[in-house]
Amino acid sequence: MPFQSTVGDYQTVATLETFGFLPPMTQDEIYDQIAYIIAQGWSPVIEHVHPSGSMQTYWSYWKLPFFGEKDLNVVVNELEACHRAYPDHHVRIVGYDAYTQSQGTCFVVFEGR
Amino acid sequence: MSKKYDAGVKEYRDTYWTPDYVPLDTDLLACFKCTGQEGVPREEVAAAVAAESSTGTWSTVWSELLTDLEFYKGRCYRIEDVPGDKESFYAFIAYPLDLFEEGSITNVLTSLVGNVFGFKALRHLRLEDIRFPMAFIKTCGGPPNGIQVERDRLNKYGRPLLGCTIKPKLGLSGKNYGRVVYECLRGGLDLTKDDENINSQPFQRWRERFEFVAEAVKLAQQETGEVKGHYLNCTATTPEEMYERAEFAKELDMPIIMHDYITGGFTANTGLANWCRKNGMLLHIHRAMHAVIDRHPKHGIHFRVLAKCLRLSGGDQLHTGTVVGKLEGDRQTTLGYIDNLRESFVPEDRTRGNFFDQDWGSMPGVFAVASGGIHVWHMPALLAIFGDDSCLQFGGGTHGHPWGSAAGAAANRVALEACVKARNAGREIEKESRDILMEAAKHSPELAIALETWKEIKFEFDTVDKLDVQ
Repeated sequence: MPFQSTVGDYQTVATLETFGFLPPMTQDEIYDQIAYIIAQGWSPVIEHVHPSGSMQTYWSYWKLPFFGEKDLNVVVNELEACHRAYPDHHVRIVGYDAYTQSQGTCFVVFEGR
Repeated sequence: MSKKYDAGVKEYRDTYWTPDYVPLDTDLLACFKCTGQEGVPREEVAAAVAAESSTGTWSTVWSELLTDLEFYKGRCYRIEDVPGDKESFYAFIAYPLDLFEEGSITNVLTSLVGNVFGFKALRHLRLEDIRFPMAFIKTCGGPPNGIQVERDRLNKYGRPLLGCTIKPKLGLSGKNYGRVVYECLRGGLDLTKDDENINSQPFQRWRERFEFVAEAVKLAQQETGEVKGHYLNCTATTPEEMYERAEFAKELDMPIIMHDYITGGFTANTGLANWCRKNGMLLHIHRAMHAVIDRHPKHGIHFRVLAKCLRLSGGDQLHTGTVVGKLEGDRQTTLGYIDNLRESFVPEDRTRGNFFDQDWGSMPGVFAVASGGIHVWHMPALLAIFGDDSCLQFGGGTHGHPWGSAAGAAANRVALEACVKARNAGREIEKESRDILMEAAKHSPELAIALETWKEIKFEFDTVDKLDVQ
């Protein structure tokens, strides 16, 4: 078989770090990931930025970190509110781990364009 | 009260076997697996080890009486059977803190695993574990940055780092080598690595490699919008050359360099770690030569000791074996020493091979690096074993993809993220590994091809060095 017919052309994609290589999550899948953040004892935080600034270390906070929030729906509603307020921005959720002083996880939920 | 000089040869156990001794918090404790020559009593062998690794010599000497040897001597305070092994036993030895120079791993090892390993009364000797006292730990620099800082610098959260070693190991020109780096990084890897054998050979001098690699890293970063890096190997002929390479990596704005800590030596490693701390550089550590020292179950040094020594000497990532790949290492033992790389307190647990409680205090943690003979099918097990604070490196499993390294990288990235997502959603990733990977492959032709390519490859040989449990 000729070489060209079996080899695909891999095209570079611009991605936004963790989960960037997976297809967009369904609402249920997003719920699962937020439930995981809460179950780890991490504080959910919502951040957003215009796509031109996606490589900045600091994105804008949406309000403040939701310290002690255990209700999944509150977090989901805030995510949607942030997305409505900034429809052209990337919106990501972060789980702050106070013990390690690091982010337990962080991934983009809505991609701006 | 002063003693009289009594020339001659005394039995070691008269001085160095002290079963009533209660170790101090500041003592450095060691556990040796001893196999003596036939007919030599255990207490005598154990006391000889304590003596020869601390203050003693074979004969009484007059100059001993100029000091207080009771204060300085190492003591064997406990002897234990090795489960399932009649010819060997464990000797627990306590060394006073003042025997060691502050912050010097070189000094600790020169004492503990120096002359004593050639001692004729022993057939074999293995250093199984060391309990470093907090008073010593506080004199060591440790990891120049640690896990948390490394995550912040590289902007990677909630998952293991993904990397690979550039292959072929040897023989590529600088420009061709940079091409392979670029392919891997644009395909979705976070980090690529110089093979340990790559230093500055005639086919590719280090400066040539550094410049092309820097261009590849920056381009991939620009095109993908993610933070990328390459471990530039600074292991060199002399410390001066090592620092020159490190300085140049910094000049090129590269985030991470690399060192081989056993062949390079602990003194060089500690020096480079200190340089990294001062210069905001991450430090990846390779462990060439370790298996020469740690693989024999009765002789040498267990890797858990070498891992602890590295955490103290300094490094932000250390190779630990893969459990599932082509290189030696069983699961419980590996978990035992990766705990010692990453946690702030590790309790004694013989089922993981840890002989002592080990308190690390505020010392930062080290990423565990799993590398060697792993491919996408191993991904669920690797995530389950190593967790998020690890770096998974697929060499052949990236470059061996039928579409090339970029597609191989993408396949690994998709597999990794699918496993993390499934784990977070509460699925049992090892049991459901096949389903998770096959589902992910529906959205990724690169992964589908990778799964097909490596479906039959396994490395199922028995581990040579097993835990001593029955």
